[in-house]
Amino acid sequence: MTTPAPAATTARQAIITITGVNKWYNEFHVLKDINLEVGRGEKLVICGPSGSGKSTLIRCINRLEVHQQGRIVVDGIELTNDVKRIDQVRRETGMLFQNFNLFPHLTVLENLTLSPVWIRKMPLKEAQELAFHYLERVKIPDLAHKFPGQCSGGQQQRVAIARCLCMNPKIMLFDEPTSALDPEMIKEVLDVMIDLASSGMTMLCVTHEMGFARTVADRVVFMDSGEIVEENDPQTFFNHPKFDRTAAFLSQILNH
Amino acid sequence: MPQTWQPKPPTPSPSYSTGWLGWARKNLFSSPGNALLTLLSLAVLLATLPSMLRWGLWDATWLGDSRKVCDSAAQDGSAGACWVFIKVRLEVFLYGFYPEAQRWRVNFTLALLGLAALPILAPTLLRGTLRQTLFALAAALLMLATFGMPCAIFTACYLLLPLALPPLVRQRPFLELFAGRLAGVSAGLFLTALAATLLYFAAGQAGGGGAAGPIAVTGAILVVFLIFVGRLTASAWRWILLFTVYPLAGFFLLVGEVFGLPLVETHFWGGLFLTLVVAGTGMATALPIGILLALGRRSTLPVIKTLCVFFIEFVRGVPLVSVLFMASVMFPLFLPENVTFDKLLRALVGIAFFYAAYMAEVIRGGLQAIPKGQFEAAMALGWPYWKMMALIIMPQTLRLVIPGLANNVLSLLKDTTLVAVIGLLDLLGVAKASMADTEWLGFTKEAYIFAALVFWVFCFAISRYSVYLEKTYHTSQHYN
Repeated sequence: MTTPAPAATTARQAIITITGVNKWYNEFHVLKDINLEVGRGEKLVICGPSGSGKSTLIRCINRLEVHQQGRIVVDGIELTNDVKRIDQVRRETGMLFQNFNLFPHLTVLENLTLSPVWIRKMPLKEAQELAFHYLERVKIPDLAHKFPGQCSGGQQQRVAIARCLCMNPKIMLFDEPTSALDPEMIKEVLDVMIDLASSGMTMLCVTHEMGFARTVADRVVFMDSGEIVEENDPQTFFNHPKFDRTAAFLSQILNH
Repeated sequence: MPQTWQPKPPTPSPSYSTGWLGWARKNLFSSPGNALLTLLSLAVLLATLPSMLRWGLWDATWLGDSRKVCDSAAQDGSAGACWVFIKVRLEVFLYGFYPEAQRWRVNFTLALLGLAALPILAPTLLRGTLRQTLFALAAALLMLATFGMPCAIFTACYLLLPLALPPLVRQRPFLELFAGRLAGVSAGLFLTALAATLLYFAAGQAGGGGAAGPIAVTGAILVVFLIFVGRLTASAWRWILLFTVYPLAGFFLLVGEVFGLPLVETHFWGGLFLTLVVAGTGMATALPIGILLALGRRSTLPVIKTLCVFFIEFVRGVPLVSVLFMASVMFPLFLPENVTFDKLLRALVGIAFFYAAYMAEVIRGGLQAIPKGQFEAAMALGWPYWKMMALIIMPQTLRLVIPGLANNVLSLLKDTTLVAVIGLLDLLGVAKASMADTEWLGFTKEAYIFAALVFWVFCFAISRYSVYLEKTYHTSQHYN
């Protein structure tokens, strides 16, 4: 099911290209002239204080938010108002949310099979096999017939990861996946994310887990007030930040 | 070396007085005020209940077939209820003026509805293909015994079709077999037309004459679903049949003029039967329209949103009686002279749209309660709008609004009595007409009480059913 990890080369083929993107909520300028390129198989961590526009940025990539200026191209498809293109992009990207957003009226297994069956037109049997394969991978096959409400937060988030994987996405977007979890559960979700990273998935993570950023990320992007302040490899980013704003942020979240 | 820590074992909860005495102490006599209220209630019951029971049961006249029995009983001094009146007029109460020889058609239509709806209403009762097949065969046998061969065959076909279709239509919809959407649609339309024509001629050859129409329409509907929808589960087929084939079958059965059934015009319809027709079609049409209106009102498309808001607010601003008057008196004035619609049909449409507006607001309330994340998760997985609404959002919404919808359904059932103002005689209308019968003057109490009891039985059943639904779905429902 998984493709071997491609060698981490410096000149990756870009899978997401964001050029000159601006976005406003009424008068409020959320994204200011964002330029970002993400390579195929790259792991990108986006961090920054709350309200810096990091969530908005990754939500623009699958068009949950609409950008007003600039271009976003995902795997060769430019995002416009064209519904077909949006659907194409969404089928190639999986997204994880802070609140898991599992469908509470369906069992875990149904959560996993519903989309492959109805969107990908996969036969139910095949979809169920796929679902069990990914439940195995996130280490909770015994929860298949439970309802989301009967699972812990960490389990729900792992189900959500499996649900995305069942759609066989090329890109995974993580919108603060561990922020709503108890500390004891954060690790089990991060372990799954690390496993996923090693399989060569392109990943964009908005997170405050700096440990995860250090070990997994190819690149860390720091955002503040709607701008990309700096981006660098994790080593340089954490040890020698270019800007005082970055250093201030890092000292805020690392020392307590 | 840290000590081993073990959580404390749970202890049983403290025992208070149990049994009926404990229950009474807790619920009836928990405080002086409560005890006083309990005694007061008992006094009221003692003062009213015996005389009511005496009038309605002990002293009532049950046997006999004419007014004389009741009159002589009254002269004896026992002034109980005269249920003979109800017994003699029962058929009219149930069927209105539907011709006596044709009343089996009403019975069969309602029985078929019950049989068609049972696997949908109580899915846990009939789980598995084997049980459903046995149920269909048993139902057919019952129909054979009650209504004869043609009805039994129709029942068996109707109930077995949803079981037979899924394995037959295992593949993707036919539509997808054609390259390109336009080719698919035109092929679909062509095949539908072809099937309809073939069925029409086949039925004509078989000598059915008037039967050709309904059979052709039924066949065409099935073909459309086969082409455009394809692979579906048995329960989905059951819903489709209930909303397409059943209404058609019901319509042709009740109205007649096909299959050699004589025509029974709608002004002969009445009594409980008419109440059920109006309430049933009202519920079945108001809910889907209500869902569409609720979605329309939340739409981002300004024209659709405005239209829905305007419609809902207009309907909520006028009484049902005025809608019915409009439908029966005003509406024909706007039509060309030679175009007429049946009065019952106009009332049905009026009631459906009236209740759709109310249901729309109930459903919209449910939609507001669905977290935004549900929509986002579905969209992020690539769900297009209508599929997302049908399979992810609406199932959650409808479960949330079961109590509100039950409210609407109950008031719809009771509001069917308002069709009396446009001259249709429902159960209450027939009851009132019977009171005016010169042969049976003076038995208004019995007629009203009977009508009220019948309404109560139906309403209570509906409200219990809504409780059952809530329980079924909330065991599997765990919002955080």
